[in-house]
Amino acid sequence: MLAHDQDSLKRTPLYDLHVSLGGKMVPFAGYDMPVQYPAGVLKEHLHTRTKAGLFDVSHMGQLALRPKSGNVEDAARALERLVPQDIVAIAAGRQRYAQFTNDDGGILDDLMVANFGDHLFLVVNAACKAEDEAHLRASLSDACIIDTLADRALIALQGPKAEAALAKFCADAPAMKFMDAGPHEVAGIKCFVSRSGYTGEDGFEISVPSGDAERLAKMLLENPDVLPIGLGARDSLRLEAGLCLYGHDIDTTTTPVEAALEWSVQKSRRSGGARTGGFPGAAKILAHFDGGASRRRVGLRAEGRAPVREGALLFANDAAGEPIGQVTSGGFGPSLNAPVAMGYVPTNLSALGTKLFAEVRGQRLPLQVAAMPFVKNTYKR
Amino acid sequence: MTTTLYTSDHEWLAIDGDVATVGITDYAQQQLGDVVFVELPKVGRALKKAEAAAVVESVKAASDVYAPISGEVLETNAELVAEPALVNSDAQGKAWFFKVKMADRSELGGLMDEAAYKAHTA
Repeated sequence: MLAHDQDSLKRTPLYDLHVSLGGKMVPFAGYDMPVQYPAGVLKEHLHTRTKAGLFDVSHMGQLALRPKSGNVEDAARALERLVPQDIVAIAAGRQRYAQFTNDDGGILDDLMVANFGDHLFLVVNAACKAEDEAHLRASLSDACIIDTLADRALIALQGPKAEAALAKFCADAPAMKFMDAGPHEVAGIKCFVSRSGYTGEDGFEISVPSGDAERLAKMLLENPDVLPIGLGARDSLRLEAGLCLYGHDIDTTTTPVEAALEWSVQKSRRSGGARTGGFPGAAKILAHFDGGASRRRVGLRAEGRAPVREGALLFANDAAGEPIGQVTSGGFGPSLNAPVAMGYVPTNLSALGTKLFAEVRGQRLPLQVAAMPFVKNTYKR
Repeated sequence: MTTTLYTSDHEWLAIDGDVATVGITDYAQQQLGDVVFVELPKVGRALKKAEAAAVVESVKAASDVYAPISGEVLETNAELVAEPALVNSDAQGKAWFFKVKMADRSELGGLMDEAAYKAHTA
């Protein structure tokens, strides 16, 4: 009955649950994943913004960097060889967004780094996890033992009701602030919980041993406020939140400055900082910080109703001329009830309100450069 | 009297004399998911069978709707443009896309009746 060679696809520990919930399974990053459930992308998206959504993100890579010296600062210093972030300054129990860069200043992957007191906990993208692991082993093995935590699932619980839903099983949850991260028991299960996510909503990501994942997911889903949400709504939610999707909005050809991710590079690693440079591509990335980059990732709002999707060419006017940029993510924003997109444009055309055109089916549709996030985020600071 | 025929691309045609009303099937809307945008051909356009005539977009993706038959576009569904979700709620009724004055009725020969379409999508 299998329509394609699903035998070669990996399954997360929640696969059977997805099927039993009516998930429409599709191949994604080598995994058989639910793109939507019977509610559909639109309702799943809106439910996450008004109540709470449960997402299986177990396909993502989870790693522990354990310092050989026993001092977590040594692992942090080692990781700073590969990322332009200040990892040393991440306090125990806190998490930070980072990027692995390459020698050209491009981005190999984006990731989350948490300080768990005696080691660092990393979450990386599914499609990049094998390369990331090899990269870490090749560069950090002198200072760290690198453990791939393949026996753990990852469940995201996102939305305004996420705190209450998790608090039933985890008394620590309400006290956590945005980007707090650490070991916590959830329903008596030893989990790693962070207050973060990929939707723009308040919420949590819960790393749980694979054998307990289905039981925990079912407990959370017993709450009528919590619905299972597929990858379709995950994408529309992160797009409205202005968050980058690796391989689309950022890749090996985009520097963190071009990608408008300056906020993620702390002053200590920039020119004049205490630990300036020392990461791959530092010369180019610091030159972009100091002298500016020639292009920039921006948000785009269409004037009409037609979604402007990934790959659409951008133009400065509605007549002749060469394309000035390209859309890297785009679609319909259910919460805005309007199309939203992001893409790269020349820096001199990146100011908010700049009028541009996107070519869609041979027509040039008017757009404006718009502030991101498109939907106000509700992080609990 | 109206006869409804179906294409293998999941369009329906309600035939009334030499006018065909065209839409996408309930099966197609289920596959597409929540429809958020439709683009319809201009009235007066001469459609050739199998060319892209309309666009239907869900949150995730855009799909072409191909002309199931050649002919001139007589009328398009303005209500559908204003409320694309009609495709999901009433694909084979209120969510018709356009009406065509058929140029060559012999093109209907290759289309399926309801029983054949049901078998096609089973």
